[in-house]
Amino acid sequence: MSERLDVRKTYKLLVGGAFPRSESGRSYEIVDAKGRFLANVAQASRKDVRDAVVAARSAQRAWWSLAPSNRGQVLYRLAEMAEARAGELAEQVGRAEGLRAGEARASVGRSIDRLVWYAGWCDKVAQVLGSQNPVAGPYFNFSVPVPSGVVGVLADQASSLEALVDAVAAPLATGNAVVALASETRPIPAVLLGEMSATSDLVPGALNVLTGRTGELAPVLASHEDVDGLDLGGAEDDLAGELAALAAETVTRVLRGADPRDRSLKRLRAFVETSTVWHTIGQ
Amino acid sequence: MDDRPASTVSALEYDPAPESAAVARLRESYGLFVGGAFVEAADGATFETLNPATEEPLARVAQAGEADVVAAVAAARRAYDKVWRKTTGPQRSKYLFRIARLIQERSRELAVLESLDNGKPIRESRDLDVPLAAAHFFYYAGWADKLDHAGFGPDPRPLGVAGQIIPWNFPLLMAAWKLAPALAAGNTCVLKPAETTPLSVLVLAEILQQAELPDGVVNVVTGDGSAGAALVASPVDKVAFTGSTEVGKVIQRRLAGRGTRLTLELGGKGANIVFDDAPIDEVVEGIVDGIFFNQGHVCCAGSRLLVQESVAEEVLHRLRRRVDQLRVGDPLDKNTDVGAINSAAQLEKIRELTDWGEREGATRYTSPCALPERGYWFAPTVFTEVAQTHRIAREEVFGPVLSVLTFRTPEEAVAKANNTTYGLACGVWSEKGSRTLWVAERLRAGVVWANTYNRFDPASPFGGVRESGFGREGGRHGLEAYLDV
Repeated sequence: MSERLDVRKTYKLLVGGAFPRSESGRSYEIVDAKGRFLANVAQASRKDVRDAVVAARSAQRAWWSLAPSNRGQVLYRLAEMAEARAGELAEQVGRAEGLRAGEARASVGRSIDRLVWYAGWCDKVAQVLGSQNPVAGPYFNFSVPVPSGVVGVLADQASSLEALVDAVAAPLATGNAVVALASETRPIPAVLLGEMSATSDLVPGALNVLTGRTGELAPVLASHEDVDGLDLGGAEDDLAGELAALAAETVTRVLRGADPRDRSLKRLRAFVETSTVWHTIGQ
Repeated sequence: MDDRPASTVSALEYDPAPESAAVARLRESYGLFVGGAFVEAADGATFETLNPATEEPLARVAQAGEADVVAAVAAARRAYDKVWRKTTGPQRSKYLFRIARLIQERSRELAVLESLDNGKPIRESRDLDVPLAAAHFFYYAGWADKLDHAGFGPDPRPLGVAGQIIPWNFPLLMAAWKLAPALAAGNTCVLKPAETTPLSVLVLAEILQQAELPDGVVNVVTGDGSAGAALVASPVDKVAFTGSTEVGKVIQRRLAGRGTRLTLELGGKGANIVFDDAPIDEVVEGIVDGIFFNQGHVCCAGSRLLVQESVAEEVLHRLRRRVDQLRVGDPLDKNTDVGAINSAAQLEKIRELTDWGEREGATRYTSPCALPERGYWFAPTVFTEVAQTHRIAREEVFGPVLSVLTFRTPEEAVAKANNTTYGLACGVWSEKGSRTLWVAERLRAGVVWANTYNRFDPASPFGGVRESGFGREGGRHGLEAYLDV
């Protein structure tokens, strides 16, 4: 009896809720921590980045207009999906990062727990970061955190899932849409996360995941006029400086480094704008 | 009043009620404030600051060079390491309370000096700039010993030395907005006032001496843009800038990859949205406050009036009549509504953009008020028939110039209001609360004033979205800009 031939998977981009190959038709080879062939993944082009930003912009309004509790449920649903496929995630995280099985499972577990943590923030962040302000005069004055809009995330190059989850879940929890560039050499867990998000009732386009060459794609994301925030977690110092300079052309908010184990609200605060409303009080 | 023909009203003459310039106690020359002492620039350079209402020189002021900025930053660093970081919250709090009190005690002097150097009406410097500056110190004084409770986690740390660059439109007030939260959070400061308006900040430096604030905790380097550039290039831990979007982008680019914290409060092109149910008399006052306050030298000015088509004719008719009554002239006269344009360069910029307004086909209405012969003046101006593509609808004029556009539906109002790269402030006028909140939710702006405009309070966070900058000044949120959180 011949052994069953396995069905191999093609790893594609996630743009606007669809899974295209790169419009450029390019792909590149991914190897594991020991240098063995893992898969061919789509190599996104500049055009794919621009398409993803357009998808994110249009999804952001719909994502932000959901009830905050509803957004929380969607992120929790994503955690459920990840839990169901935790074995697959752990296998890919282990291969990508060269971790032993137990270490990989622990990393996936922390990633899922982090999703749950952020899921709970969706309907609390306004109370914690917002305020009613005691001004002089007959005015009711309040401040609320509103999303910056479209956030570009350069995923950490080493931590293939854990740092990525932290970097994308925080801006999603505050109502932003995200365009994430996966780790260049360890992109498969990011692609899996993207696949799971597509079955989590996430508004299509609220999370977009691109795989490809960081050096080619990141400058397009950083200089894009319609990108409001940029997380440079995955950029080396030289590249980070260059990207931050590009971001300055449109006063894009830049976050440089935040520890994924850090329980501060730094990431939640990074891509929100405080909007303050004064309303007259009178008869 | 409203029913009287305009000619009757304009025939009423007021006797001048000038405040005495002597109250400002002007000196011939002013030095830099470094390490607690007033000093000359290392190379002895100075520049002249003018009274924009007369074009007469007011005083000579030291022009800080690179060496002076380096010395000021070093003084701030020493003060941070040796004194200020070890000063307890309650002590910092009491210094700030002292400063607030001293500003109140010297408020008349500060108000007159501000009006002389800036050109703004004494009514505004007396009733707004100076009291609000004191209020900011009072407000943040109370935070200095309560940082653990500010919502940034336990024991939040200061950043270190802050370099702060402020504009000429509210010199003393902007200094207070910068210094008060920075000091409360435990930072030391090097402050660079605008070239055309250094004087009130130097009197504030004197006040800091009187308050016995430790030497070097606050340093003031006066001069042109080169001093600001030197400050940005220096080894500060934080840069806070208020000014044009153009310069803000340059600063953000220069700091890219450096790890220096940055907050920016930049330009704006605020939309003042008037719905058909709003009370027209209040609306007209609000429009005037929105654009002619401080000669329109306000980053959050309501420079685009969006008025619902069904009431546009009535609103504009009453607005013109009201604009005709604005008294333009001597900033020290207590009757003056609109003072002098701050500088020849700014006047030139306003003229250029308003010329473009006519060239691009908008209809210009200029108040028939008489303007003084000497000094920099620009009569209140309203453009109608403005298209969204016109320069006067897109660019920040920073002068007493209003562009009027119309809309039919709330959706259209929101779309037009958001059709800008800026996002600082907007106004909404309607008696219908649900509609106001619906609009406010959709406006991309850091501040929304509903049935009012240009209100400021130390407890209320102020700042922009998009290309109007990031970071907030005022309120609990304002502390974040100066804490390592």
